[in-house]
Amino acid sequence: MTTAKAAAIILAKELRLEFRTRELLTATVIFALVVVVLFSFAFDPTAAESRRYGPGLLWIAILFAGSLMLNPSFAREQNNETLDALRMAPISSFAILLGKILANFIFMSLAELVLVPVFAVLYNLSLAGIVWRLILVLVLGTLGLTVTGTVFSAVSAHARMRELLLPLLLLPLLTPLLIAAVESTASLFAESPALDRTWFAFLAGFDIVFLTASWLLCDHLLAE
Amino acid sequence: MKARFTITALVALLILCAGYAALFIAPDEATMHAIQRIFYFHVASWNAMFCAFFVAFYASVAYLVTGKRKWDALGVSGVEVGVLCCTIGLITGPLWARPVWGIWWTWDAKLTSTFILWLLFIAYLLLRGLVEDPEKKASLSAVFAIFASLDIPLVYLANRLWRTQHPQPVIAGGQGSGLDPTMSKVLLLCLLAVFCVMILVLIDRYRLELLRHDCAELKFEIESRGLDASEGAATPALQKGGQ
Repeated sequence: MTTAKAAAIILAKELRLEFRTRELLTATVIFALVVVVLFSFAFDPTAAESRRYGPGLLWIAILFAGSLMLNPSFAREQNNETLDALRMAPISSFAILLGKILANFIFMSLAELVLVPVFAVLYNLSLAGIVWRLILVLVLGTLGLTVTGTVFSAVSAHARMRELLLPLLLLPLLTPLLIAAVESTASLFAESPALDRTWFAFLAGFDIVFLTASWLLCDHLLAE
Repeated sequence: MKARFTITALVALLILCAGYAALFIAPDEATMHAIQRIFYFHVASWNAMFCAFFVAFYASVAYLVTGKRKWDALGVSGVEVGVLCCTIGLITGPLWARPVWGIWWTWDAKLTSTFILWLLFIAYLLLRGLVEDPEKKASLSAVFAIFASLDIPLVYLANRLWRTQHPQPVIAGGQGSGLDPTMSKVLLLCLLAVFCVMILVLIDRYRLELLRHDCAELKFEIESRGLDASEGAATPALQKGGQ
């Protein structure tokens, strides 16, 4: 079986599992909204202030929500030791990882689909005219988050206190992504929106570096 | 054993000489005076840190390629010693910066990257503490060390790009150009001394890790044969009689 086909089957399994209950998605969206609301107490969310702090706030909310949401991705497989069953299947370990990365990417994107409009309303930011470029930035940022997050979810799944460990492993690693994503988003929320190409390229570079690293290391990551 | 003692004594002598040279032989700096002398050990600890983390990165890759325990032991030793050097650098830096820059800390690219580096490798040590299975511990922490090492250039690049867009208010500039000849000799001596200390600690930590591993294996063997380790040690005669 080709890697792409196997990954698609894993992806379908993850989606089916999640949409039976939708509890992970609901919790993620609510958590991100809680972060956004809490930040409104840190400064006065007028239009000018929001333009300054808004992009950082949005990405902090996404990163925090992501670092919590990605945890069950592999931890869930531990309960019935289903990861062993997946490993026994005649597919490459990259297919397992890729399927899970894509599933997490879809979950995160759905959460952002709710979060970003609500965020724009609450913080007086206009999305008119920048929607497509903003989506591009969100896609690249979310991809970087889910690639590294899914890999580290496989790492932390074998540890004690894994819920606490994952953010500790993930968040310092994501600082370059955070800077690049915040700067790209800020360039869109500016008074005359223009996508900052340097930061956009940096985001793409981050994704490529860690996607390649995951591909090279996935055998060791999932080995028994 | 005797050779090791001699080497340790030599390195101790070397670091004492370096300390003496940094405090008394190096000339007084024109504007910063005595506080500038911290620079000799500050730079030396960064140098040692980079070497230690490079050893850790190399050992992690080697472990994943060969699967030999010794590389894992070298990897964790490199990270621990690197974190130690990093901590020394992070403490001596602000001590110098407070009187010279007037602030303890600034979010400059180098400072920020080092802080993130420190956090990442602290997380590595936490990860090792929290995974029980020794095989898993070795391979997962090697994967994490490689990811962290790949991240460091990106962290530095991101901070560099970011800060050039927002000009810095402070930063008087480093020592870089025009170092006094005596100063550069003292600096070289300090670099060498701290590097030797780092290597010595690294080797000892590496040996300790191998011994720990042997110890864990023996314990496991005792358990798998159905013998209680503590009981066996307390009443060896009884155990012998039983068999």
